[in-house]
Amino acid sequence: MNDAIRTILKDHARLSRDVALLSDDSDLYEAGMTSLSSVNVILALEGRFHIEFPNRLLSRGVFESVASIRSAVEELSRIAQEQGKAPSSKPRPSRPATPTH
Amino acid sequence: MTSPRFPDGPILEVGIDLIRIADVEDAIRDFGDSYLERVFTDAERAYCAGLGGQSSGHFAARFAAKEATAKVLRVGDQAMSWRCIEVVRRPDGSCAIVLHGAAVAIAQQNGIRNLSLSLSHDGDYATAVVVGDRHRPRTLVTRFRRKAPAGSYGK
Repeated sequence: MNDAIRTILKDHARLSRDVALLSDDSDLYEAGMTSLSSVNVILALEGRFHIEFPNRLLSRGVFESVASIRSAVEELSRIAQEQGKAPSSKPRPSRPATPTH
Repeated sequence: MTSPRFPDGPILEVGIDLIRIADVEDAIRDFGDSYLERVFTDAERAYCAGLGGQSSGHFAARFAAKEATAKVLRVGDQAMSWRCIEVVRRPDGSCAIVLHGAAVAIAQQNGIRNLSLSLSHDGDYATAVVVGDRHRPRTLVTRFRRKAPAGSYGK
């Protein structure tokens, strides 16, 4: 799951540093992610893992690292599976990357 | 004492944000209505959509306004939807901030009142500035001193 999260971060978080060089606990906001780009990350995660982030998880801390994102995705995936909303454990391909200008 | 506005009175909090309009255009292109509905209220979307091809600058300015407001509110790590901060237009054409849900609770918690907004967009960028009054709770010492009769200290 970490690889999928890192791919989404690479494509959508507009990091100023190579995501491959960040540890799971590195602060993504310090690495260049903004509130604006975090929306893209959230929507990409939702599409990839068939989940929906509720308002209670729309906080800075949830998206501040690969590890914190993974924790939230695992929680929401578990809830989705319990409710029968997750069609497959295999993630969908991510949306195409936003080109940089 | 010559500082009646501090610490008992309100102090000004200022928030500013700058958004590259192309970033918002990219997000709309990549995620469409999912993006717009996640970030903007029905009224914000209706207003900006009514502007046709120039809507992305208005969406970007509104996102900047939400971020500038979040800075004034000192949201920190508290959970809040972007839709809890709404930009509305007054009859005279000026814009104002209206808070909903979690944003109201955070404003009350941090003593923020009387938000004022100015936003603009031109060329590649959109920006917004928000000013609010922060009313700090009085300290116990301040309360004690206010209740104590004049000249009673030291007795």
